[in-house]
Amino acid sequence: MNDKQENVIALLEHAAALRSQMGDNFHDHLSESLYAEAACIADRAVSHPPKKPRFDLDRTLDSIVTSRKWGFPLMILLFTLVFWITISGANIPSVLISHLLIDTIHPILKTGATNLGLPWWLSGFLLDGMYLATAWIISVMLPPMAIFFPLFTLLEDFGYLPRVAFNLDNFFKKAGAHGKQSLSMMMGFGCNAAGIVSTRIIDSPRERLIAIITNNFALCNGRWPTQILIASLFIGALVPAHLAGLISALAVVGVTLLGVFLTFLVSWALSKSVLKGEVSAFSLELPPYRPPRFWQTLYSSLIDRTIFVLWRAVVFAMPAGAVIWLTANLHIGNQTIAEYLINFLNPFGLLIGLNGVILLAYIIAIPANEIVIPTILMLTALVHGGNSGHEAGVLFTVESNSALLNLFHAGNWTLLTAVNLMLFSLIHNPCSTTIYTIYKETGSAKWTTLAALLPLGLGFCVTFVVAQVWKLLAG
Amino acid sequence: MNSSCATKTQAACQNCPIHHAANLKKLGVTMENWDYVTALAGNPNTGKSTVFNALTGLHQHTGNWPGKTVTRAEGGFVYRKARYKIVDLPGTYSLLATSLDEEVARNFLLFGQPDVTIIVVDATRLERNLNLVLQVLEITDRAVVSLNLLDEARRKKIQVDERQLARDLGVPVIPTAARQGEGIPELLQAISNVATGKIICKPYRLKDTIPAIDQVLMQLTSHVETLFPQLPNARWVALRLLDGDTHIIEAITTGELSNLSGLNAKSSATEGSLQVAS
Repeated sequence: MNDKQENVIALLEHAAALRSQMGDNFHDHLSESLYAEAACIADRAVSHPPKKPRFDLDRTLDSIVTSRKWGFPLMILLFTLVFWITISGANIPSVLISHLLIDTIHPILKTGATNLGLPWWLSGFLLDGMYLATAWIISVMLPPMAIFFPLFTLLEDFGYLPRVAFNLDNFFKKAGAHGKQSLSMMMGFGCNAAGIVSTRIIDSPRERLIAIITNNFALCNGRWPTQILIASLFIGALVPAHLAGLISALAVVGVTLLGVFLTFLVSWALSKSVLKGEVSAFSLELPPYRPPRFWQTLYSSLIDRTIFVLWRAVVFAMPAGAVIWLTANLHIGNQTIAEYLINFLNPFGLLIGLNGVILLAYIIAIPANEIVIPTILMLTALVHGGNSGHEAGVLFTVESNSALLNLFHAGNWTLLTAVNLMLFSLIHNPCSTTIYTIYKETGSAKWTTLAALLPLGLGFCVTFVVAQVWKLLAG
Repeated sequence: MNSSCATKTQAACQNCPIHHAANLKKLGVTMENWDYVTALAGNPNTGKSTVFNALTGLHQHTGNWPGKTVTRAEGGFVYRKARYKIVDLPGTYSLLATSLDEEVARNFLLFGQPDVTIIVVDATRLERNLNLVLQVLEITDRAVVSLNLLDEARRKKIQVDERQLARDLGVPVIPTAARQGEGIPELLQAISNVATGKIICKPYRLKDTIPAIDQVLMQLTSHVETLFPQLPNARWVALRLLDGDTHIIEAITTGELSNLSGLNAKSSATEGSLQVAS
């Protein structure tokens, strides 16, 4: 072994000696000859068109979408359009599906269970817990996702996302972060775990850590449905019906942009404190615009994203639904476990403009952001469902969004609750998959802890300030 | 795969295309049910993932932006009764390994020694793409160039003489438009021809324009060869050492290079976790 080590050292010394002999411009010489030979071969094989086309579509488009003047307004306009189509398009199929799964199939299943002579707790556990949780997710989340994801993927395939990254590059540089972070952020808009893996394109460990820690501020697949649903229920309701879709879309865009802003802010704070250092150079190649292949995009975004997210939601929500049903039917003293926990969390929840139900839902939903909304709905129904004469822990029938709204109002939700839920959905700890990915990529418990707790702490601060200012202004 | 041939015709076996199963296993690729392993290399956003999908029939999501694939994706296909495993590498502009994704690609080509490397190039930006092609050809003998995005080249009225290119590079060049499935049958045939040894590539090697370098390089190459007798591409490793490549120096000092060249049985297939000084 020692012999081997000596041999290795001898080789390296040999190389070092020869290297110094070669002089400093060896590397330059090497790259130069590489380029020269590549140019020579290319020159012999390629024949360019005799004269340059007068009109270059790619260049014309780029001069608009990446211009200082139009770049940002266009970006906001495009994203607003996407959310507007999503929000106004999702309503009708949502109602249809919930009619089918909850109003029609659920009673049939219940009757069937009674006829079969299933004990009440088993049919409650299976049908009121697991089945209803699944049905809820499908009716509430499937339609917006089936519209949003294909639209977003079309934008991506067209080649728009690198232009957004290009527009944002300057900000990242000012924040002391790497320009490539804009690309990992774009990935984060799909899934934060994927976004964190994609930070591998960043060379410097310092800038890579900044990108990893701040990736959570990019709204992910699991959180878009929360934003879209709450915005359309509460924010859209503030304005006349014909404006509702547009205003809700703008609210979602606002939260998204706040996330981008927080990415800059936190990156800047990190690069000025624990992760000090120089910004390294970055070159980004803008790919050509490619007409998306519509059906293929539709297929792959439905399979890869919509069904994937839905499946994850169902997989995590079925046991969650069962757990919720159990906590609603098991008692400590004369309180159910769920009530006990909610009452325990409620004071702190109200302090930050949320409530105990939401906080408990976020604890239950650590494995997957996708189940936040269904969990909140089930818990709200559980605590306040009794008022309308329903069995504990059973979701009652909701025929339309206004009935959903009634449910929330029964839970004493206000506009503040909705706004802070949207904020907290943006700014809270990453899901457990993402936390695990951060640990795998950084190999450090310290940075993983920071990446998990920093957004949570920030979320508490932001919602607290908003709640207090809101109460001051309202009171 | 063929222990009987090892004793009889050792010289021929060294030339015949057989993957290095032990090294591949260390890199996390199992070859249990496969006959050949192929790798997809190329610049970012040249359509590697689209070629991957076209060959495998999978629907790996492709995005129109550089850096979509940072880790390796794997799939497989069967062509003329031979089973091919195909590994989609991250897109890189060079193999000088300054970032993790470049390192993933380089390590795979260097140590995994795929039976065939498919280099996907953008026909509209050939000159820049050739930089990587020449670097890959320094590492491996068995390669096929997929001259991709032919549809875009046609739209821009750029013509590429693939025969001239193939003559210069010394490897098969297949014009493709993977999005439309154009040229995929021809690509499959070329892959199969190179994998089975029907086509022997004579890849272009960089000319050393300064004689002084040539001599120094030969000296160091033989030193590398004596220390790591089983290492392929000793010349390339020597070149990287001369250039002061810290990743290669590290691979030598930590013993990773000797592990992968089969001298040491200890495996260390870490696919790069970020080391942070605390």
